Amino acid sequence: MYGSKMNDSQTIIEVKNLKAGYNGIEVLKDINFSVYKGEIFVIIGCSGSGKSTLLKHMIGLYSPISGDILIKGESIVNARDEEKKRIMRNFGVLYQSGALFNSYTIGENVALPLEEFTEFSANEIANIVKEKLSLVGLEGCERLMPYECSGGMKKRAGLARAMALNPEILFFDEPSAGLDPIMSAKLDRLILNIRAELNTTMVIVTHELDSIYAIADRVMMIGGEEKTVIAVGKPFELRESQNKTVREFFTRDGLISKIH
Amino acid sequence: MRKNTESSIRISQRKSVIEHIGNSTLQFLKDIYSICQITGETAILLYKAVKTPKKIRWRESLYYMDSCGADAVPIVSTLCFIMGLIIGIQSALQLRKYGGDIFVADAVAYSIIKELAPFMVAIICTGRAGSAFAAEIGTMKVSEEIDAIYTMGLEPGRFLIVPKVLALVFVMPLLTMIGNLAGLLGGLSVAIIQLQMSFSAYYNRTFSILLPRHFAEGITKSIIFAFIISIIGCWKGLDSGNDAQGVGRAATSAVVTSIFLIVIADFAITMLVNVWF
Repeated sequence: MYGSKMNDSQTIIEVKNLKAGYNGIEVLKDINFSVYKGEIFVIIGCSGSGKSTLLKHMIGLYSPISGDILIKGESIVNARDEEKKRIMRNFGVLYQSGALFNSYTIGENVALPLEEFTEFSANEIANIVKEKLSLVGLEGCERLMPYECSGGMKKRAGLARAMALNPEILFFDEPSAGLDPIMSAKLDRLILNIRAELNTTMVIVTHELDSIYAIADRVMMIGGEEKTVIAVGKPFELRESQNKTVREFFTRDGLISKIH
Repeated sequence: MRKNTESSIRISQRKSVIEHIGNSTLQFLKDIYSICQITGETAILLYKAVKTPKKIRWRESLYYMDSCGADAVPIVSTLCFIMGLIIGIQSALQLRKYGGDIFVADAVAYSIIKELAPFMVAIICTGRAGSAFAAEIGTMKVSEEIDAIYTMGLEPGRFLIVPKVLALVFVMPLLTMIGNLAGLLGGLSVAIIQLQMSFSAYYNRTFSILLPRHFAEGITKSIIFAFIISIIGCWKGLDSGNDAQGVGRAATSAVVTSIFLIVIADFAITMLVNVWF
């Protein structure tokens, strides 16, 4: 299995023999990998390779055809409803569009998990909301409605909400989608800062090469004809990979080589 | 786009009539199953809500009470008043032949209180609330808000379904009472203007024939219709496709399915109350 050389006690997410699909069609098979505590693990692949599908299985939205997914040693696949909800509180998710609730302000969105799962008073919750929004560069934006925010602000607000309960793991689904290069770079910096401050483990689905080089500790490429893991390693290792598909992904089919 | 349309027409033509009937029957049975499933799940959610009222999303409930209730008062009053006028005029035309002008009050009272007010309110709320619920939840599905609720460890039903059900179950009986009053006023207008009946004669006749169980029948219908409209609207939203077309279809389907089930329920309650017992 990819990553099994590391000390098992550092493993925080484990995917074992995962087979996933829709309506009888296999999308992914024999997916095996581990994610370690505190690392930024990036999942890449060509369009339609199943990256978002894999992520949605890892966060418990879909059930696989077979295989298992362990979050901090507990199976999210085989868990009953109440156990599954408890496991889900170990992680936060930033969706591609931010997925903010449009009838709530930014502050109310961030406060929601705190109101539901903690015994904090209203003042304490307000202070935590302020702190989380400040961490993502949205101080003073509590009263804004999502429709009053730019795409970048929505993503950062979504990130603040995902971090509300101080989860050990954060999942990101195409965090740079729809952002300009400057905002994308700011988000990358934010991800690195959060990891530095909180040692949060992050699993990021993206195909933005600049982000991959900037933030990834390890990268896993999935897809291909076998619909499985093609390669795992550091970004610059994969760039020099013997596998043509991997190399072409990182060099944009030789285009970068031609430019440079 | 034209190529896709042509190829999809060719594909659909390949299916036989029997296949179409079979597919439609299967889909109908699946829909019945889904309705039973969501009704059962909603019943469990409402039971939990009654047990722990603090966990009810009151803010959302109040919002829906306002948008589905308060905002609907003008249209409910107007349409039920007009219904009262129509019933009054139609019944007066026939009853006059037999010197039974006073029985216009009976016709209007029974029709409005037992049947038309709850039915009209249900139709109005289906169009206003049922389609809105389906569209709102469908849009939330497209923008991954429902996924976000789920992955936060929250129950989507508690957030999305319970506030809507509670709001409609609370406001629809109130709207029905307003509809009752408006309908009776419509009948009164016909009695006074067309039949030269006095206010006291109409009033006394109306309230001498109406019994508490007649009001109870109308209010019971409105409560059951409220459950139908809110549950079907939420179900269609949760079941919608992940695109704009899917959301539109969900809204339309919510209205059509709700009206169908409202009529069935109306018939069942009418038979239960007036024929079998």
